[in-house]
Amino acid sequence: MNFFFEVLIGGLLSGVMYALVAIGFVLIYKASGVFNFAQGAMVFFAALTCVGFMDKFGMPLWLAIPATIVAMVILGLCIERVVLRPLVNQPEITLFMATIGLAFFLEGLAQLLWDSQVHQLVLPIEDVPLQSVLDRFNIVVSQFDVTAAAVCGVLVLLLAVLFAKTKVGRALRAVADDHQAALAVGIPLQRIWAILWAVAGVAALVAGLLWGARNGVQFALTFIALKALPVLILGGFTSVPGAIVGGLIIGASEKLAEVYIGPLVGGGIEGWFPYVLALLFLLVRPEGLFGEKIIRRI
Amino acid sequence: MFYREAGQFKTTYEADGQILPIRQDRVALLATLAVAVLVLPFVATPYFLSAILIPFLIFALAALGLNILTGYAGQLSLGTAAFMAVGAFASWNFVYRFPGLPILVAFALGGLCAAMVGIAFGLPSLRIRGFYLAASTLATQFFVVWCLTKIPALTGGSASGVITAQKIVILGYAFDTPQRKYVLVLLIVALMALLAKNMVRSNVGRSWMAVRDMDVAAEVIGIRLMRTKLLAFAVSSFYCGVAGALYAFAYLGTVEPEAYSLDLSFRILFMIIIGGVGSILGSFLGAAFIVLLPVGLNIVAHGLGLPTSVASNLELMVFGALIIFFLIVEPHGLARLWQIGKEKLRLWPFPH
Repeated sequence: MNFFFEVLIGGLLSGVMYALVAIGFVLIYKASGVFNFAQGAMVFFAALTCVGFMDKFGMPLWLAIPATIVAMVILGLCIERVVLRPLVNQPEITLFMATIGLAFFLEGLAQLLWDSQVHQLVLPIEDVPLQSVLDRFNIVVSQFDVTAAAVCGVLVLLLAVLFAKTKVGRALRAVADDHQAALAVGIPLQRIWAILWAVAGVAALVAGLLWGARNGVQFALTFIALKALPVLILGGFTSVPGAIVGGLIIGASEKLAEVYIGPLVGGGIEGWFPYVLALLFLLVRPEGLFGEKIIRRI
Repeated sequence: MFYREAGQFKTTYEADGQILPIRQDRVALLATLAVAVLVLPFVATPYFLSAILIPFLIFALAALGLNILTGYAGQLSLGTAAFMAVGAFASWNFVYRFPGLPILVAFALGGLCAAMVGIAFGLPSLRIRGFYLAASTLATQFFVVWCLTKIPALTGGSASGVITAQKIVILGYAFDTPQRKYVLVLLIVALMALLAKNMVRSNVGRSWMAVRDMDVAAEVIGIRLMRTKLLAFAVSSFYCGVAGALYAFAYLGTVEPEAYSLDLSFRILFMIIIGGVGSILGSFLGAAFIVLLPVGLNIVAHGLGLPTSVASNLELMVFGALIIFFLIVEPHGLARLWQIGKEKLRLWPFPH
């Protein structure tokens, strides 16, 4: 039974990490209707830039992080200016494909600026089991994962406040509904998009640092985006809580499936199990767990 | 001046409704085909045939398949490579398990298997749309590749996972040199492209386009959504399946799951974006572009003396930038540029 709980908790905590990436997606989709396939590339770019600052320029971590935030904000501004502004009011599919192009561009750029080796990233949080939990329940829970979960929680709270309580948040939601209508009522679309991509860049940095500290900063980070997709499908593209709940469900079920079903079918089912789970779920509820119901009219 | 339709009168409906109503187009197409069949195999070097022309034709076929699904029926898919893999493995299995089965029949059966998988994974499209569908087609990609690596029955129990593709022998004639393989691939692709062109001009194609433009409205005017969408998935996967079989048999020479990665799916998606979404010609132009671009970049990088790692990263950046560039400047791709060029030629040298 202990083993089951260990797997479950490990899964839930890694689900939090997926959710962290998924939040970046949701942020941009909810606020601009752009399905940002480049989020994984942004995670990679952010993590690699941060490590690059530390390795190449000898910056300490506390300096490298703000420097990377500045870089991500600049990147967000550039994306808005170069990619999004000419595509205002284009079909969603066009914007989606543009972000695929963006993903490739960022992957190339990141590896061109810094190099394509695997970098070590050391955060001041240790990846050791929490002693108190180990003593009381005899379950291994990593301190690192718990910290990541806490960071994720704070981020979600901040975003929830941003969307629900601020003027910018209201503008963001208006832009998501209809670019042109938002422009017509005087919402500065360009500024909103720039803010949004900058915030998404910062979210990508958080995810990149946590994932990078865990697995090393390397190209494989971009595949995290692929892990975040089923989370999104499950939770709904427009819901931050959905991303969290989806992340938890995907993380837990994926690990449990790998441990309990995997051996029966040859293992390695982690790659597709979340997708199939999400797909089956979609057949029941096509807009995801917390997604907005879509009403179609002619 | 050279491209003028004056004097070409259509006196029958057949003449008016043909694929290429302008004589110059017909002549140009026939000339291209004649050069491709009669001249290229003899003058082109084996390297050029096997490293550029054969993959170009195969990718064009796969792009054609994806274009039917995405360009004409409006269902975005990121699982193209999976359907190609199904086609390749199914063809391999048919030849392996039924010795004496003609290889063309095996290709067709491989395509049919891919079509069946396509229908199975197309079923969610009845409930979900757009991005949800695009994300869920990734399920196809991961699931199929996983099946092919994990289920020994599908790979004939090969330990390494890499299987040598059987030789292509048709009626006792072995297609073993680059020239012969090229001609075979060319004939198959040309035939299937003609079929596709006719399909999208017909009733079926029009109902696909109606579904793409607005599926609710299409349903209201009496198009059966389920049948139309699943047919698009089936036809598209059939094309991809045959392309996958050719990719394994005529190009790689091996059948392995790694060859059909997500990366390949993306490359084929790029082909249709750059070539032109919803255009048969665009599939060919896009495939040519994507096949030639890395070659060209390599030559440039080599000329500048850049290290290979820089060159490969530059390739990624150029790919990405081009996608964005095309989406912004010419969302209808190279095919549209070609069309504009023809219209300009029609007026040339007079501006009005």
